[in-house]
Amino acid sequence: MNAHKALRSGPVRWNDFVIESLIRVTGFSTIAFVLLILFFLLREGMPAFFQVPLDNLFGPAWYPTLGHYGMVPQVVGSLVVTLTAVLIALPLGVATAVFVREVAPNWAREILKPLIEVLAGIPSVVLGFFGMTVIAPIVRQSLGVPTGLTAFTGGLVLAYMALPTIISVAEDALDAVPKSYRDAALAMGATRWQTIWRVTVPAARSGIITAVLLGMGRAIGETMAVMMVTGNAARLPHELDFLFRPIRTMTATIAAEMGEVAQGSDHYHVLFAIGIVLFMVTFVINLTAAVTIFRKRRRGGLR
Amino acid sequence: MCKPVRLLLAGLLCGSILLGCGQSSTASPVAPTIASQSIVIKGSDTMVNLALAWAERYMEIHPEVSISVTGGGSGTGIAAMINGTVDIANASREMKAEEIAAAQANGIDPVEHVVAFDAIAVVVHPSNPVDRLTLQQISDIYTGKIANWQQVGGEDRPIVLLSRESNSGTYVYFLENVIRLGRKDGEELLSPDALLMPSSEGISAEVRQNPNTIGYDGLGYVTPDQKIVAVARDAGGPYVLPSAQTVLDGSYPIARPLYMYTAGRPAGAVKEYLEWVLGEGQSLVAGLGFVPLR
Repeated sequence: MNAHKALRSGPVRWNDFVIESLIRVTGFSTIAFVLLILFFLLREGMPAFFQVPLDNLFGPAWYPTLGHYGMVPQVVGSLVVTLTAVLIALPLGVATAVFVREVAPNWAREILKPLIEVLAGIPSVVLGFFGMTVIAPIVRQSLGVPTGLTAFTGGLVLAYMALPTIISVAEDALDAVPKSYRDAALAMGATRWQTIWRVTVPAARSGIITAVLLGMGRAIGETMAVMMVTGNAARLPHELDFLFRPIRTMTATIAAEMGEVAQGSDHYHVLFAIGIVLFMVTFVINLTAAVTIFRKRRRGGLR
Repeated sequence: MCKPVRLLLAGLLCGSILLGCGQSSTASPVAPTIASQSIVIKGSDTMVNLALAWAERYMEIHPEVSISVTGGGSGTGIAAMINGTVDIANASREMKAEEIAAAQANGIDPVEHVVAFDAIAVVVHPSNPVDRLTLQQISDIYTGKIANWQQVGGEDRPIVLLSRESNSGTYVYFLENVIRLGRKDGEELLSPDALLMPSSEGISAEVRQNPNTIGYDGLGYVTPDQKIVAVARDAGGPYVLPSAQTVLDGSYPIARPLYMYTAGRPAGAVKEYLEWVLGEGQSLVAGLGFVPLR
């Protein structure tokens, strides 16, 4: 007891203190881990920017075994696949959220919500295999392209994976719109459709933007499924139908090559440099999402 | 009464967290002990089935020895051997100069053992009428000079190139010996349009369902629903299908050795195992689609 008194005065019980500090340590350790990961990434990746000439590093050719480390095709590839995924998932996700929240009867909502959560739990390798064996042949035959392993196929699979995130966050945003808004709209003679489209959805706008950004963060970091369905050809998109051509993403490059790379080589450092670029992109996306949420809170939880 | 219990719990929790941290930082280089007769093998994905078959049979004959085999790629296995975490590294390519240097810097002198041969088969969709190609044609196809099946006697279809990942041992061999036709100073590159598949299954799945494709892979990984193309060294030469016989008599042009690397001259259980692999173990090789040494 003496030790406790020396440590802290007042009626704080010492076991409370232990548990509290334990929780605090666990909480702060998250920050520490992120910083450690960032430090590791920088330590392993930064040498690439000094050892490899920058015009090579930011060039268009990726032949790592032959000393060509152009990462531009991968960066463009990741962006193309992610944007395609978001463009597909955004209307579907918001429509599903509106249906679940505004239109569906209670019993349907009770079934749909857990099902959407199950959707989020499907392992990406399963989706990748499905994409490779089922979706890719359909894409090839219906569009008449040389191969079904394309950026578009990757976008389809990623859209499917981003959907659960988009749906649940958008649904929460709709949920936060006060009932008085809907009542007011209906009282003024608006139809149900007009209420949803002109009042509820715009009121939940910033929440929906957050949903899309979080879905995007999920999509750009996805690896396994993308690696299996995009064909992994490190080529710069230069023709009009680039969406229906194979493409290579940053994540697939890292995952496919890290296992075989000689540790400490230029190639090894370049893979981590790609990791740094990927980290920065996801960081910016998540930061934007966080800022949107923050603004929403300040404006009183509505918008 | 319950205070000490809670304290104990909290202490345990703290302790386990600390222990966990401590372990993760020190646990990686655990040197396997030969005294307990265990052999740890890691490396090439091409060789993993073969290495497993050997290990299983050997453990049946010698129950006192336990052998663990994992894949991960030639580079992974060699790196693990350099770090001293495995006894044997499987590799479908020779060690690179930088890897040998890294091993020597670590006080390890890697020793190479050729344990089998692997024919690399060139495969197309079963409906593709093309059934024979010269090395030059395959090279032109993979560099992108030939982009339509019509140019090699097939239908009017675009050619979709399938390749293994650029740092798989199979890719390196194919680039040096087929695309560059074995010329050391060759400058030819794989066309950037080529699809780099992360696995053998990726290649076979696409070849199986897409009539535009051409792919290559170890003969042991070619499934019956793909068509193997007969290959000739030059336009006049005989077109040969890959098999154990054609690889051994040298008539099939695309075949490579498979290696096991040990840190220094093998001793004890590892030595006995390697002797068995090179002797009796060779009888298992053909059944897995590889080519035995004799």
